Amino acid sequence: MKMIKLKGIGVSGGVGIGRAFVMRKDDLAIPKRKITHDHISREIYKLEEALIETRREISILQKKISKELGFDHGRIFEAHYLVLEDRVLIEDVITQIKNKRVNVEYAFSQSIEKYVSTLLKLEDEYLRERVIDIEDIAKRVLRKILKESTVTLSDLKEKVVIVAHDLSPSQTASLPKDKILGFVTDIGGRTSHTAIIAKGLRIPAVVGVEVATGNIDSGIKIIVDGSSGQVIVSPTEKTLKEYQKKLSIYTKEIKSIHISTELKAHTKDGKDAVISANIELPEELALVKKYGAEGIGLYRTEYMFLGRRDLPSEEEQYKAYCSVAKKISPQPVVFRTIDIGGDKFLSQPQVPREMSPFLGWRAIRFCLARPEVFKTQLRAILRASVEKNVKLMFPMISGIEELRQAKYILKECQKELKKEGKAFDEKISVGTMIEVPSAALTADVLAKESDFFSIGTNDLIQYSLAVDRGNEKVAYLYEPGHPAVLRLIKSVIEVAHQNNTWVGMCGEMSGEPIFAFLLLGIGLDQFSMSPPQVPKIKELINNVNFEDAKKIINNTLSLSTPKEVEKYLQKELKKLLSEEIYHMLMI
Amino acid sequence: MARAEEQVTVNKPHGLHARPATIFVQLANKFQSSVKVEKDGEVVDGKSIIAILSLGVNKGMPIRLIVEGDDADEAVADLKRFLENEND
Repeated sequence: MKMIKLKGIGVSGGVGIGRAFVMRKDDLAIPKRKITHDHISREIYKLEEALIETRREISILQKKISKELGFDHGRIFEAHYLVLEDRVLIEDVITQIKNKRVNVEYAFSQSIEKYVSTLLKLEDEYLRERVIDIEDIAKRVLRKILKESTVTLSDLKEKVVIVAHDLSPSQTASLPKDKILGFVTDIGGRTSHTAIIAKGLRIPAVVGVEVATGNIDSGIKIIVDGSSGQVIVSPTEKTLKEYQKKLSIYTKEIKSIHISTELKAHTKDGKDAVISANIELPEELALVKKYGAEGIGLYRTEYMFLGRRDLPSEEEQYKAYCSVAKKISPQPVVFRTIDIGGDKFLSQPQVPREMSPFLGWRAIRFCLARPEVFKTQLRAILRASVEKNVKLMFPMISGIEELRQAKYILKECQKELKKEGKAFDEKISVGTMIEVPSAALTADVLAKESDFFSIGTNDLIQYSLAVDRGNEKVAYLYEPGHPAVLRLIKSVIEVAHQNNTWVGMCGEMSGEPIFAFLLLGIGLDQFSMSPPQVPKIKELINNVNFEDAKKIINNTLSLSTPKEVEKYLQKELKKLLSEEIYHMLMI
Repeated sequence: MARAEEQVTVNKPHGLHARPATIFVQLANKFQSSVKVEKDGEVVDGKSIIAILSLGVNKGMPIRLIVEGDDADEAVADLKRFLENEND
């Protein structure tokens, strides 16, 4: 097979080399591809092979059924055999491949569709059964063409590169993480679920490839380069060697990343920066410690609310929050109140699907409309605050009224708890997430009533650039280095500091070395990221001067495109860091 | 090369839809000759189950068998006997 290079968005660095494992949904997605003249015979060969294999499969099935239910039942498969050998059908598929130059699975499904619709037009009840037979056999053949393996991932002995149209949270949850060399998906952007998971696991990933599942068969050798966004299918010996070399360099470098046991990070000229972790599940607490993060800058509380029909009680939530606070103490933990809606839903009938969920009824909007849900959570967090290391923040605040309403409800909860004689930290810090442009632009107003800010860059970028981060067609526009985003962030940090409000950032952006360097210069106080990113960013901070970071701000902000910004920051970092550290950070 | 044509009336209770279509195609495939089936001017390959089903032949419909090849006569005779037989 010829080597094919595919391009996507590299969202988690490193190189993965191995056989592909294509995961498909129940309904077969049939990609349409143009093929070249050279590939005609290969496509026809695929068809012949699939027909033979399906025949073998049917014969096994027939024997089994004949044995279990009797010979007559086994005869129901006779029509299946005829379809598999049907000359008219096969010729029609081959003609399409030859004349229309399309891939075999597409040609086959088109032919089947054509005949099925003819048969359905005849409106004969006996024919309906035949249609079911034909569709069943067609599915079997398509599965064979697509090499859809009936083995599940957990049966595999060797490590594989997962190739999928998209990965749902439930799919990723069931993956055996130790068997994955890389991820490749058709859709998704930098903040898609796959991207976040891959980064967290330090597995190379390329998303938004669009034609990955169409071009990659299970079992084929592929290379994933998560740094450049390249995916190489059936590499030549030469390319393979090149990447194997790259991989061994990466592996060595990853091992050499120094995981500092000292929690604090400070620049060479003595400026402190807090590097903390974003987590979602209690099990991730171990990672926070392992990677040396200074506390939790973002604790997502949604997981308790997802995948169930009832709401978690105050007691259940209190126990969960309390255990996190205790385990992380004396380091701080920032609980974000539920950010349900958008891409996550409550599995409850009262939460309707929306046309534009990211602009809809989510996060603080949902909480203010459902004060009983909100109060239960606030009471639980407050009660957990007796450890004195708990902070609280509200997501998706778009203006001061929302913040005031949320704080009013918080006050009510505090009064109630006092009356009930339940302990809590009366000086609990209450922060505002800055992730909506209107909040960023009125940061001066919000700062006066917030103990701290946390800039949520994933959403701030999405809303500022009007890019749906789940839509692969526009994902290329999602650029943390866009001058508009940088200007907004700079002004938020400056305005906050003028009002004595400290500022953290809990988006993926603060875990990217080039941006972390810029943010350091601007004066960001806390950098919060997925735990495995922590050692890198600490290493960065410990090896640069705050004064140097300050010097590059004006130049960076005067640039006109995200590409220029990235190139400039890379160039500056390269000058300031040793070659070894620079390479390690850029993986 | 021998060629045989014959007008036949299908007597199968359910026409050439369910199992009879399968048996007809199986039978046609036993012969070396090409087997074509014509209904209302439409000619299809009699060795293709999908083509035969698409023709939508009901009970009592006249069809024409057009067979070409060394065993054409024998093929036409067998196929005709099968189609005219009322038993499924």
